[in-house]
Amino acid sequence: MLRERLRGLIQSGSPGLPAAGEPGIVPAPVRASRPEDFVSRHSNGLDQFFSYIKGESALSILDLAGVNQANVSFITNLGHRIYSEDFLRSLQLADNGDALPRVDTFLSQNLTHADGAFDGVLVWDVLEYLSAPLLAATVERLHRIVKPGSYLLAVFQAHEKAQSVPQYSFRIQDSKTLLVADRGLRKPEQIFNNRSLEKLFQEFESLKFFLARDKLREVIVRR
Amino acid sequence: MSTAPIRTAPESESGKGAASIGKSVTVKGQIFSREDLIVDGEIEGAIELNDHRLTVGPNGRVRAGIKAREIVVLGTIDGNVEALDKIDIRKDAKLVGDIKTARIIIEDGAYFKGSIDIVKNEQPKPAQPRPQAAAATATYAPVPNSAVK
Repeated sequence: MLRERLRGLIQSGSPGLPAAGEPGIVPAPVRASRPEDFVSRHSNGLDQFFSYIKGESALSILDLAGVNQANVSFITNLGHRIYSEDFLRSLQLADNGDALPRVDTFLSQNLTHADGAFDGVLVWDVLEYLSAPLLAATVERLHRIVKPGSYLLAVFQAHEKAQSVPQYSFRIQDSKTLLVADRGLRKPEQIFNNRSLEKLFQEFESLKFFLARDKLREVIVRR
Repeated sequence: MSTAPIRTAPESESGKGAASIGKSVTVKGQIFSREDLIVDGEIEGAIELNDHRLTVGPNGRVRAGIKAREIVVLGTIDGNVEALDKIDIRKDAKLVGDIKTARIIIEDGAYFKGSIDIVKNEQPKPAQPRPQAAAATATYAPVPNSAVK
């Protein structure tokens, strides 16, 4: 009974975003990626992201998809500080099996940074797996913790009707190239199109979309 | 359980090998070590091994600020970490805190939440011999008497 009541509290949230799959904010676990799973792909979004910070040093970059050697090495070799949060894994850890984590409770322990703390955020595909209320709260928090004029890179599936889509692991190979591994199919909490993404990031200054042949939509968002 | 600062003897006195804190041991306080240290128990406080290696074993749970030459993490650390040379975070490790180090190795699967600052240790350059100062001999060359017309 308590779990159902909490589920109802968590599900009530921002209108206008279609939901897909089962409700709830706890994502299903996916398999770990092996080195041989990674495929190299050119990334216009990544290219834009790093071109915007080219020539700068000692920036603070937030990576929301957890730590990996490639991303840490690349960003620190540019002379920047990297801050890592494994947002989806933290959600899994917050699920103690008895009650779903509330949005406000979860965000009181995650993404707790000062306003304007970051000069850039690598969101990757994290936002696709958040329920509507957590998604709205997370985007609002990102708006607050990123410096004005800074950029976010997010990746979304372009399959607007798919019930299950691959969840990816992203590794930076160089400023224009990503190594991407398919970690298994997963039901996204949201399916986005350009219009819904514009609405999602309506508090930000601008969006730029890049659609690739592998049906991944890369979005550069300017704060 | 101990609350007093724990100091390990230097390696030359205690012999080879590292000191260790077993998994049934809990320490609350400060630990200063002049030899390598392996932690498989619980530590709460601060750990300092400036010239040595700290290994947090798979059963180790450390809620402390850590400063060491090298840190290997197989267990859990909750605290800021400074590794003068290198930090190695293994796949089942969990580290929450900020890291400052010259080098970092992270295995896939490790859980980390915090910032990473890479601080390169600059080796002091050997002193270069100063060039011999030119002998200060003042010479006076008479200026040619240019005709002024």
